[in-house]
Amino acid sequence: MEKKVRLLIVGGGPAGLAAAVEAYDKGERDILILERENKLGGILNQCIHNGFGLHTFNEELTGPEYAQRFIDEVEKRKIAYLLNTTVIEVSDKKCVKALNEGGLLEIQAEAIILSCGCRERPRGAINIAGSRGAGVFSAGTAQKLVNIDGLMPGKEVVILGSGDIGLIMARRMTFEGAKVKAVVELMPYSSGLNRNIVQCLNDFNIPLLFSHTVVEIKGDNRVESVIIAEVDERLNPKMETAQEIKCDTLLLSVGLLPENELARGANVDISRITRGAVVDDRLMTNIDGIFECGNVLHVHDLVDFVSLEAREAGAKAVEYINSKDKNKKYESIAIETDGKVRYVVPELILKNDDSNPLTLKLRVSNVFKKVRLEVSVDNEVIYSRVKQVVAPGEMQTIDLKSEDVLKLRKANSIKVYLRSME
Amino acid sequence: MRELICINCPMGCHLKVDDTDKENIIVTGNTCNRGKVYGINEVLHPKRMVTSLVTVIGGEHAVVSCKTKEAIPKELIFDSLEVLKNTKVNAPVSIGDVLVSNILGTGVDVVATSNVKRV
Amino acid sequence: MVDVLIIGSGIIGSSLARELSKTSASVLVLEKGNDVSVGTTKANSGIVHAGFDAKPGTRKAFFNVRGAKMYPVLAKELDFPFKKNGAFVLSFSKDGHDTLVDLLDRAEKNGVSGCEIISGDEIRKLEPNVSKEVVEGLYAKESGIVSPYEMCIAMAENAASNGVKFEFLKKVTNIEKQSNHFKVICEDCSSYEAKVVVNAAGCHADEINNMVSSRKYEIVARKGEYVLLDKEFSWVSSRTLFQLPTKMGKGILVSPTCHGNIIVGPTALDVDDKDLTWTTPSGLKEAWDKALLTVPNLPRGGIITQFSGLRAHTKEDDFVVGFAEDVKGFYNLLGIESPGLASSPAIAEFAANEIKEYLNLGVNPKFNPIRKGIKHISHMSSEELNEAIKENRQFGHVICRCEVVSEAEIREAIRRVPGAKDLDGVKRRVRAGMGRCQMGFCTPKIMEILAEELGESIEDVSKRGKGSEITIGRIKE
Repeated sequence: MEKKVRLLIVGGGPAGLAAAVEAYDKGERDILILERENKLGGILNQCIHNGFGLHTFNEELTGPEYAQRFIDEVEKRKIAYLLNTTVIEVSDKKCVKALNEGGLLEIQAEAIILSCGCRERPRGAINIAGSRGAGVFSAGTAQKLVNIDGLMPGKEVVILGSGDIGLIMARRMTFEGAKVKAVVELMPYSSGLNRNIVQCLNDFNIPLLFSHTVVEIKGDNRVESVIIAEVDERLNPKMETAQEIKCDTLLLSVGLLPENELARGANVDISRITRGAVVDDRLMTNIDGIFECGNVLHVHDLVDFVSLEAREAGAKAVEYINSKDKNKKYESIAIETDGKVRYVVPELILKNDDSNPLTLKLRVSNVFKKVRLEVSVDNEVIYSRVKQVVAPGEMQTIDLKSEDVLKLRKANSIKVYLRSME
Repeated sequence: MRELICINCPMGCHLKVDDTDKENIIVTGNTCNRGKVYGINEVLHPKRMVTSLVTVIGGEHAVVSCKTKEAIPKELIFDSLEVLKNTKVNAPVSIGDVLVSNILGTGVDVVATSNVKRV
Repeated sequence: MVDVLIIGSGIIGSSLARELSKTSASVLVLEKGNDVSVGTTKANSGIVHAGFDAKPGTRKAFFNVRGAKMYPVLAKELDFPFKKNGAFVLSFSKDGHDTLVDLLDRAEKNGVSGCEIISGDEIRKLEPNVSKEVVEGLYAKESGIVSPYEMCIAMAENAASNGVKFEFLKKVTNIEKQSNHFKVICEDCSSYEAKVVVNAAGCHADEINNMVSSRKYEIVARKGEYVLLDKEFSWVSSRTLFQLPTKMGKGILVSPTCHGNIIVGPTALDVDDKDLTWTTPSGLKEAWDKALLTVPNLPRGGIITQFSGLRAHTKEDDFVVGFAEDVKGFYNLLGIESPGLASSPAIAEFAANEIKEYLNLGVNPKFNPIRKGIKHISHMSSEELNEAIKENRQFGHVICRCEVVSEAEIREAIRRVPGAKDLDGVKRRVRAGMGRCQMGFCTPKIMEILAEELGESIEDVSKRGKGSEITIGRIKE
């Protein structure tokens, strides 16, 4: 079955839904969302905790509620979507192959928004030695088992990594009667949100051990204990500090990676740092008409920011579809960073005359206190904000006004960096 | 003096709450007014929103997610979970359906936060 | 009473079962695990060695060379992944030259064609990521790669469809020699009678042998740890890259797998526990550090999993293949370490012939050598996909997104005989969960399918049999 669609959206999670709604509101009517699960909403459906939507709706929603708000908007606009449909290939000619129980769909799109989210880093990626039986889960898998399937992964839990999903799962497992013995974090700081450390760990006296890691998993068919140890400054375990914690479950919350396989298949340039696409300020990749937004572009910490970014992508995709000179190539300039600022999205600024305000999103590489976050254009500082503390776990944003955006577009060099105030 | 991390938003402001005078609690370190309110409440009567699951009979899923519509006293978290553990509802369930009304006499309802179809 | 009872369903036991299914023998395979291919067979390098390494005149040399030559036909008959990708044995200094010449000499004596010594630069022309430190190497064009567990499963399925019976969770605890037959007793108190007992118990073959024979053996489990890289990094090498062999074995290799991943390993460490396939921090580090000598730009970020396997090493340092001298009817296949996988078809053929003669067996007129693998949607063209989905819509339901595996494939893996009974069994048959997310996304879905197909409760679904249940039950209970 071959068909044509003007805007194809891959992934019906928060990013895809917001992109679709915005594209519709910008006048596009020929939109199709492809979703591999049996309902829209993506990973939000399993995030039953509260804390979503403070920015977008000014109220505190749970994940499924937040998703439903957007699903309702999609339904209201009668935007087309297909469930249980897995995209298996996206080509650089914007031809998409997807599978569902009806057969293989081959769809030619004018523009594609990739909004397929991210996945968790598995055990293998972090090299934990030991037995290979049951009882080791990525935190998100455990979350799905508990919250969607109503199944209990274990009773005595150690969590490696203090990412938000790990923290949330510490509380969730506690609520379901499990004993969470410790959350072990390799770094001297958490990559999770403070509110989660307070509400999910401190409230229940769950210890959070910084600069510690799991060096070995014991137990044959199932985890029986883990050996944890402190690490030195170079993150190598100090074996003299090793101690055994009895447990039947180890949850891993050790980072998220954009699901960039489809993008790579379409010859999209992938950033070595974010592992998502390299995009320009329209959120368009190096392949004309292929856009990215949400966690497939870079991993966000708040869904509200995903929705905002996705709206942007939706609007820009419509602009692209409607533009008369689609194939016009603009030169672009890459934003430079100082290493303390680990990355900036978008990385490329087009040398055109679009004067709309622009938001830059970035993450830092370590915890820095008392700094200024600055943007300079040809060595002139055009943006400077004092930050009492910045941490890798917290995405930073820089809102640039129209006149500053125009400066960016004419620049020979753009730098985003942290300046120490001490 | 108590040191707290504000949980209203991701800023996570480090608050210092001086509660020597219960009538005049002084909060410092907050960025916004919500932080001040949080600091005072956290010292006087800490509250939490509880999110969990309730067993569903005859639904597409075995459980439905739920929340206390508003925050309830922190010390009632585990008692409320015990109530939820013993609560069973019949499918279908829709977002906002009251699953337990006035839980533990707090005046707060527990409502469904997702839809579960009947199968 | 069966004619032949085989203890163990690894590549040796399963291959022999298939060979014997060509005969009139009634054959029973007892396996202590939950599935076939759960011991050494599931965790090794997957190399079909050309046969230049084994010392001329040894059984290793004999079976390796003969076995390797049987692969192309077998792979076609049984539809398992096999590829002749070629291999290099790399030397990092001029001092290694004599060893290379010795290997070339062995190749000639063993009857292995397609070997030559070429310079480092010529090697790098073929494999650009090979270290500049490599000065020369032996190029063995006949070397191949195979998916060992898929081969084993294929053997077992074909054996089963030709009449062989498999029983699982049958740990043999004693063998009684009666006047004309054996009584084999299992841990669960069940017992079986057989005219011939074949010992293909891998690392435990010494224990089985020592139950009946006065010629005692001792097997040392030699642990090998491996690291596996994402398919994204298949550019590392298309040929198998060995370093010069050492006393402990063929050293650390870097090789593509049949599925396009890169495998790195194995280490070699003798261990006490013959079942404990734990990985260790030092082992993983050793494998990685040594592999860096071969490929200096090996991408660490590409690691998706680690595992380890145990090789059945004997101090005799050669395969033991044949009837025990002091026990009539007891056949040993013992000490089958590397190149055991490459040798397995030839070992099975040889053993089957001896047993055939001993029992005076006829042929199985209904023997069908053909086994079709499970159809994978990831290998289908657009037309084939549409055709498959029209026939069974579950081909259109993708469960494992990393490896693109459909619900239809998973159900088929469970329904086959012997079929998958747990998550690892599904993974080995259709690769669901083998990919970069390592079952992060598909675990709950596969659990559901397993429970449904096996008619068990979802709480009983396990990773690899009893004791490894994924969850401990329902919440709120």
